This record gives sequence, structure tokens and C-alpha cells, in this order.
Amino acid sequence: MKLLTPTVLTYVKIVLLVAVVPAVVGFVIVLAERRFMGFMQDRLGPNRVGPKGALQGLADLVKLVTKEDVTPALAEKAVHFISPVLSVIPALTALAVIPFGPAVRLARHVSTPLYVTDVNIGLLFVLAITSIGVYGIILGGWSSNNKYSLLGGLRSAAQLVSYEVPMGLSLVSVLLMTRSLSLVEIVQRQERIHLWFVFPGLLAFFLYFVSGVAETNRNPFDLPEAESELVSGFNTEYSGVKFAFFFLGEYTAMIIISCVAVTVFFGGWLSPFPSVKALDFLKVIPPYLWFFGKAGFFVFCYIWFRSTFPRYRFDQLMALGWKWMLPIALANIVVVAGAILITPGSTRGLFALAWIYGGLFVAMFLLARLRRALARRDRLAAVPHGARESA
Amino acid sequence: MTDEKRLTEAEKDEAAYFARRMTETAAAQPAPEIAQSSGEPPTLFAVQEMELNFGPQHPSTHGVLRLILKVDGEKILEARPDIGYLHRGTEKLFETETYPMGIPHTDRMDYVAAATNNHAFCLTIEKLLGLEVPRRAQLVRVILDELQRLSSHLVWLGTSGIDLGAVTPFWYAFREREQILDFFEEYCGARLTLNCMRIGGLPFDLTTGWVERLLEFVDDLPSRIDEYEELLTDNRIWKKRTVGIGVISAEECVEYGLTGPILRGSGVAWDLRRAQPYECYEELDFVVPVRQNGDTYDRYIVRVQEMRQSVRILQQCLDRLEPGDIRGKVPRVIKPAAEEIYASIESPKGELGFYCVSNGTNRPYRMHCRPPSFINLQALPRLAKGHLISDLVALIGTIDIVLGEVDR
Repeated sequence: MKLLTPTVLTYVKIVLLVAVVPAVVGFVIVLAERRFMGFMQDRLGPNRVGPKGALQGLADLVKLVTKEDVTPALAEKAVHFISPVLSVIPALTALAVIPFGPAVRLARHVSTPLYVTDVNIGLLFVLAITSIGVYGIILGGWSSNNKYSLLGGLRSAAQLVSYEVPMGLSLVSVLLMTRSLSLVEIVQRQERIHLWFVFPGLLAFFLYFVSGVAETNRNPFDLPEAESELVSGFNTEYSGVKFAFFFLGEYTAMIIISCVAVTVFFGGWLSPFPSVKALDFLKVIPPYLWFFGKAGFFVFCYIWFRSTFPRYRFDQLMALGWKWMLPIALANIVVVAGAILITPGSTRGLFALAWIYGGLFVAMFLLARLRRALARRDRLAAVPHGARESA
Repeated sequence: MTDEKRLTEAEKDEAAYFARRMTETAAAQPAPEIAQSSGEPPTLFAVQEMELNFGPQHPSTHGVLRLILKVDGEKILEARPDIGYLHRGTEKLFETETYPMGIPHTDRMDYVAAATNNHAFCLTIEKLLGLEVPRRAQLVRVILDELQRLSSHLVWLGTSGIDLGAVTPFWYAFREREQILDFFEEYCGARLTLNCMRIGGLPFDLTTGWVERLLEFVDDLPSRIDEYEELLTDNRIWKKRTVGIGVISAEECVEYGLTGPILRGSGVAWDLRRAQPYECYEELDFVVPVRQNGDTYDRYIVRVQEMRQSVRILQQCLDRLEPGDIRGKVPRVIKPAAEEIYASIESPKGELGFYCVSNGTNRPYRMHCRPPSFINLQALPRLAKGHLISDLVALIGTIDIVLGEVDR
């Protein structure tokens, strides 16, 4: 087994990642999105190609690859060509530091961790690399020489840059708890202190995920595309493989946002409450499956949002980012730092903070439900409506 | 690179010509003036308005409406509607054919609400002839009208949801609309271009079991409407996108001649079913929903409440339905005396009226239509000014236009 040196294994993992992720995007996520949305919208979704529509991804791929690749006559040809690449490569690169699981044994003396590399600035690396993807969208919108694309590109320039701020700040509050930027270390620390960071960082998690949805241009923040306003926005003038690249870039970015959420807030590959003996049976499921399950849930949330929410308007989106999320993120840092400083050397402060945030969350949830129910009652009482007394 | 090789010589010439034209026109345009002389503080960069073509092939113009926008960034400085892409000379066609032959043409005007078009047309000719419509026919006409109002409002609800990015209400609304179209299909064989009324009554009697099945469907509708409201009415984003958007006062509405939900959303309780009742609307118990703010949200609420009222009207009509004639005493050849007459009904979109000038022959001398969509569309430039492009989409949705009716 001299062949399986760590270097070779790393190359193998890179190749696997670059080959597997697009396939997962094309076959699993896209199909899941369309089927789930079909289910939520009381319709079938694609079910013709292959058993239960399983080969829909292949059909889409064939369609996209065989389509004519059109470049508008007055486009900036080079920029138009490079921008889909700029959108997909950073997204795939960022996957290199995501820890999908701890070491697994491949052969008798060969074991390898389920990540390409563990760099000590992991989280910063992800943030830095993914923000390059913004250029793909901006330049794609600009170089198409189409007014709608230009508006889409401008929207994305403002939106993506703005939402990186609350996203980064929400992660800062977690870094206070982790004391490390390495994504592997972040997971291991959650195991050591018997606490997922989502509990003391509940607020940070919400801020992070909302910014993440905005960063990936997904509903309700899909303004750069805004089909009904800008006719697909920045990618209007793209077809065939180039369009597929934008598509792949967007979905890979979704995966990264979900993976980082899992790693930083939801204990990465850990099973729920690893210190509780009663839950030991959960450890039958291998760690990497826990990771994929959790990440899958967040990708599902993206789909869920898409079929639930209307779209924000551009100025409202900016107001939300700068006037609400940024101050809340800053206040959250102060609160978390306070909780850590009050109990130096122990994690009791974090546990207390977890209970406070949890209580607040439940209270606000119930309050919102109540308000909604009251509003509905008033609305229906305002005018007679058609529900029969017997029904 | 390979693309260029594939271009034929002619295409190359064309592309070169196109590129040259563009550079020439760009050079010919005067350099944008920097706002210094007008007393405004000088700006660092030269500003230039962008002219944006919105439609006729755009997903949110609900057909072939074209708007020529002048925008500053995304802010709309001016919106000029350009209509006529679906013009087919319906009013002229009426003159060339006998009175009964005009009914199918009305189907194609407001094509999501054919029954009310048929109704308005037939009502005008009946008024001209002084015809009495039997009670059963009146009730069935009201049933068809209200079903049509429901289906039209469902189309509006779904599409204006999509305009604002809410995809799911569309599917829910169209699920029910399909069922309504099934009822139409069973009654008259068509789903869209119904041609379901005749001068003096109806072409067919109801099929067996139609009433019972419709009653079952109608009793179930309020819970379905609850479903749509659950997704939108209290939704924070939906409210942000609609409250305070496109506000128009009652006075302005009257000045523009706006009717229907737009007028009622601005606080005027004007509904022709109540104001000048036709058929048997007098005896029916229903409320005319009115809201005060005159913004997109209030127009949304008015339409949703109208759907609930339509359900009530349907229930009452179905309960009152008794066997009887479906057609009055109509002369074999319709030849009204020379007269001018106007009759109108409350279509889902507002006041739909026909003005008929007869000259004693079997064809109208002139037939003019008062289409609510066309007149309501006038307000769009006024509503859109100062809003953003995203709001424009909401505003086109809230006016609820059908281009078939705008252009006729």
C-alpha cells in the first residue's frame, strides 16, 4: 500500500470533489428542488425521465451542452467568456477546506480525513474565496451589453458586497467561542465543550443564514436574477454551457453556505448531543452521513424559502442589511463577548446565553403565531365570507 | 472563435453594419450635460437617463404591453405605454356581422373572463330590443358571471404573486381555476372562449348533476381562499412590496374613469351590481368590499374579499335555482329599431359596457366597447412615476389588465 501516500490521497480527494459536487448539484439538488417544490405547490414536478424523474439532470445536461453558445454581437467577448468561470471556480475551490468528516480507514494502515486540507485560516479562506464569485455575476451582467443584465449586475454588486458585512460579523461572534479559524478545530471544540455553537449563537446563526441566502442570490433575495422584473438579470444573454456554469456556481455556493452553517453552528460531523449517553445509538450512523444530512437540511431550507416568500425590493433589501442586520450583528458580538468574559475559563456563560436565546426565540415565535391568528380573525370578521355555518 | 467561422458572409456584413450603426449613433449623441447651470450642485460624474424597453416580450407585462421607460438607475422618471400589439378590430367586426354573430368576438376581448363579455354584449342588445330574460336564465347568467369573476381574480392573484416573486400562490390559484374551467367546459364545451350566452337567454340548459357538484366546490372554496391568504396577506415581504405602492386617491380615480377593484380600493363603494342592478342582483345578499388607502395592498384585499362575496352569491343563486325556460321570446331575425343605447355590467376588472347604434337593419351601425382594462391602464404612467422598476411590475399586476381587451 505504498501507493496511497497522503499526497496521492489528497489529489484523489480533489478530483472526487470536483467531479462529485457538480454531479450532486445536477442530479440530486436540482431534482430534489423541483420535486419538493412540486410537492409544496400541489403538482407533480418532473417525473418522466427515468424512474420517478431520476434522470432529469442528465436530460438537462444534454440540453445545456448541445445548445448553441450565443455571444451577443456587442458583448465584451473576453469578459463575457471569463465570468461564468469566475462564478464557478471559487465556489468549487472553497469546498477544499470543508471538513465532511473525521478520519476514515481505507485499508489496514491507511486512513485519511474527509477533507482536502485543514488550513488554520479555514473560515477566512472560505469567505475570501467565495467573495470572488461576485465578480462573475457583476462582470457577466456588465459584459453582456444588455440593459436588463446591467441592472442585474449592478444589483448584485451592491447586494453581495453589503451582505458580506453582516455575514462576517455574525461569524465573528462565533469565533469568540471557537478561538480558532480552522474549520476542523471548530468542530472539535464543539465536541470538547459539549455544546453546538448554534445554541449560544442562535442570533448569529439566523444572521448568517439570512446573509447566506442573500449572498447566493436565492429567493427572497434573488434580485439580480428577478425573473419577473429583469428577465433573468445578469444571465439573460448566456446560454448553453456558460449558463450551466452560472447555474453550477450558484448551487455550489448554496452547498458551501450550508456546509459552513453545519460546521460552525451545528457541530459538523458530530451526532446530536454526543455527551448524552441515552443518545449513543445515534453514533451507529457514520459521521459523514450526519454531515450530509445536516447540510441537506439547509439546502432544503433554500428550496422551502423559494416556494414560500415573495421577493424583496432592492432598496428594502439594502435597508434590511445595513439598518437591521448590521447593528444586530454588532450587538450580538458584545453580548457573546460579555457571556465569555463573565465566566472566565469555563463555558458556563455560553450555556446561560444558550438558555436566554432559546427562551427569547420560543417567546417570539409564539408571539408571532398569536399576532397572525388575531390578524386573521379580524380580517374574516370584517366582512361576511362564504363559509357556511354548517361547514 | 468557432462561432465566427460558422458565420456566413451575409451575417458578417450584418454584424459589422450593426456594430458601426451603434458606434455612429453613440458618437452622434451630444455629450450629457453636467447639471451646473440649473442651480443644482454640480455632480462629480455626468449623469444620463437610460431608456428601457419593457415588453412587449417581457414575462410580467401580462401579454403584449410595451412600456417605454425613462429610468434613473432603477427609478422610473417616465413610463409610456405603447399598446396595439393585439389589436384585431373587434368593434369593426361587429358592424359587418349580424347581432348574434357578434357574441363569439366578445370572447376574445377579455379572454380570461369571456362570460362577462358575452353578458355585457347580450345585455345591450336585449335592452335595445326590450327583451325580458326568464328567471332561470338570469340566475344561471349570474352563476356564470360569478364563476368567471372567481376565475379571473384567481388568474390575477396567481400572476401578480409571481410578479413579486411568490411562486406558490400561482399554483394554488390555478388549481381552483382549472376546476372552474371544468365546470364551464361541462356547461358549454369550451374552457376559455365560452360563447355561453345568447340574446334573450342561454344556449343550453345545465347538465345533470352540475348544480350539485358546483355547490360542493363552492362550499369548499372559502377554505381554499384562506390558503392563499395564509401565504400572502400577513406576509411581511408581501406587505412591504404592496403597502403604499401606487397610491391613487378617490378623486383621481374618478377623473381617470377608473372602475372596479381599483376604484373600490380607493374608498368609493361603486359596484354596478349594486349601483344599477341587472339580472337578479337586486335580491342577492352580498357586500361591496371597500378599502380606503388606494394602494396595491388594498386593491389586493378588495379582490380577495370580492372572491369571498362571489362565493356567497353563487351559494344563494344555486339555492334559488328552479326549473324553467332558459330563453325568452326572441324574434327569429334580430332587427332592432334605429336607436342608440348603452348598457354595462360589472366585469371582474370594472365597468364593461357596450354602446350600440342601430339603424334598423340586422347589423349594428356602430358598436363601441368601454373596456375597463383600457381605461384603467391610463393610470399606469401616473402610478409608476417615481417608483422603482420592481414596483412597476407590481403596478401592472394590480391594475389587472388583459391586453385582448385593451387593444380589442
